[in-house]
Amino acid sequence: MLTRVPRIAPSEITPPEVYFNRRTLLAGALAVVASASLPAGESAPPAESSLVYRRNPQYSVSEPPNKLEEIAGYNNFYEFGTDKESPSEVAHMLKTRPWSVAVQGEAEVTGNFDLQDLLKGQALEERVYRFRCVEAWSLVVPWVGFPLSGLLARFKPTSKAKYVKFTTLYDPRQMPGQRSSVLNWPYVEGLRIDEAMHPLTLMVVGLYGRVLPNQDGAPLRLIVPWKYGFKSIKSIVRIDFSEHQPNTAWNVAAPQEYGFYANVNPQVDHPRWSQASERRIGAPFLAARQPTLPFNGYAAQVASLYQGMDLRRYF
Amino acid sequence: MNLTQRYRYLYKPLLFAAGVAPLAWMICGALQLFGASLGADPVKKLEHECGKTALNFLLLTLSVTPVRELTGLPQLLRLRRMLGLFAFFYAVVHFSAYLVLDLELNFRLLGADIVKRPYITIGFSALLLLLPLALTSTNGMMRRLGRRWQSLHRLIYPIAALAVWHFYWQVKRDVREPLLYVGILALLLAYRLLRWRARGAPRAAPATAPAAQLTSRSGSATAPERT
Repeated sequence: MLTRVPRIAPSEITPPEVYFNRRTLLAGALAVVASASLPAGESAPPAESSLVYRRNPQYSVSEPPNKLEEIAGYNNFYEFGTDKESPSEVAHMLKTRPWSVAVQGEAEVTGNFDLQDLLKGQALEERVYRFRCVEAWSLVVPWVGFPLSGLLARFKPTSKAKYVKFTTLYDPRQMPGQRSSVLNWPYVEGLRIDEAMHPLTLMVVGLYGRVLPNQDGAPLRLIVPWKYGFKSIKSIVRIDFSEHQPNTAWNVAAPQEYGFYANVNPQVDHPRWSQASERRIGAPFLAARQPTLPFNGYAAQVASLYQGMDLRRYF
Repeated sequence: MNLTQRYRYLYKPLLFAAGVAPLAWMICGALQLFGASLGADPVKKLEHECGKTALNFLLLTLSVTPVRELTGLPQLLRLRRMLGLFAFFYAVVHFSAYLVLDLELNFRLLGADIVKRPYITIGFSALLLLLPLALTSTNGMMRRLGRRWQSLHRLIYPIAALAVWHFYWQVKRDVREPLLYVGILALLLAYRLLRWRARGAPRAAPATAPAAQLTSRSGSATAPERT
């Protein structure tokens, strides 16, 4: 039946206790604005979760970004349920602190790293990216994050590291959607190493200048703007460098429908729907449908990664 | 009030109100009235809700026969036409929302979808097949078609199968809800199959059957309805 869209007050997006934790969690890379000096226990103003970042117009599109309610109220995050509204209602169950990421595989530096440690020395920037879901809807999102390349370089991947595999948290108590087997949990995604090192590929910790709402993949997610949204894995707890192409969640679930590459491509349809056009969420009445662009509009930057590849075969 | 009056002045108006309620709720959602909302993607929500409502009415239409036989309330047949017409109505709104709001009247996209996407081909076929049933739902058409009316309206079985299939096929991954519809439809069809087998070979309908049915629909007698 119809559901009410939860009216999202900024303070509801991340529970106050998480705001406070963030302060210690993200201290370092994520310096907090002046209001952080409020005594603990005082009700958290929205600014509590603000991040310090600089805008990066070079990597931003000029289209107007979607509203926060749209970006944080319309999510595919099956760990919290398979409809679009469930994640915003359920994701408060996820505890984003403490949070650590295991780094393994073909790299010189491996081990478990606290998120705070991973963020050290990464300058945050805001990039307004297009986001194209494989279901043929799209958003424009002001992410806050840092290039994945800077993070991966820290681990000194070896020459055998041809791919990078990412894994989402598996914990059905915090992610009740994992109690049903709609996908093989945990969710896994992967990139070729050159895709991972591309300057457009972003590790995201924030949205609209604040820490990422849980339903958008807190505390750490990937954003690969030229690929369908499912490649941009959320709530990452593990990074593996490997010699072989990893088996990724949607590719395992339906290999004919979801390829490993999943580059946005208006010429290659999904077997059950067209990818030639998309509907922009929140666009004016009868003006939402627009043509889908090759590589989601990022062809000039990334098409060369796929030189000579048959993109129909490697979809 | 006698039975006919109760149906005319009470049960049918109530059913009509229940039938327009989903649409009223969607309109409130579209206009953001009374706290209703269609969410961040109102177009998809409208499409999906209308489609599911059409499917619900289709299955309700198909459950009239088992329910009236199992409860011994043959007069329930009097509600069936309205249920069927609501199924058609919501199917039309569902298709219109898709064509106007989703495709934004891009007929090239519509043609490509109908030809290339099996689940849309199936859904569109179901809608086209519903059309003659809606058009022949009047008393006058029933009278004119006589025995052929019932044969024509047996199309409801393939239509229901196509509609449920259409729902099942468009779901990305989580097929639990469409499977529920598959299950209910299977029960409704199994009921007919078992009854048909219990009665042995299908008998030729008595010559009076259409007339008897007609009177039942105009509300004066119970009918030997055996669809």
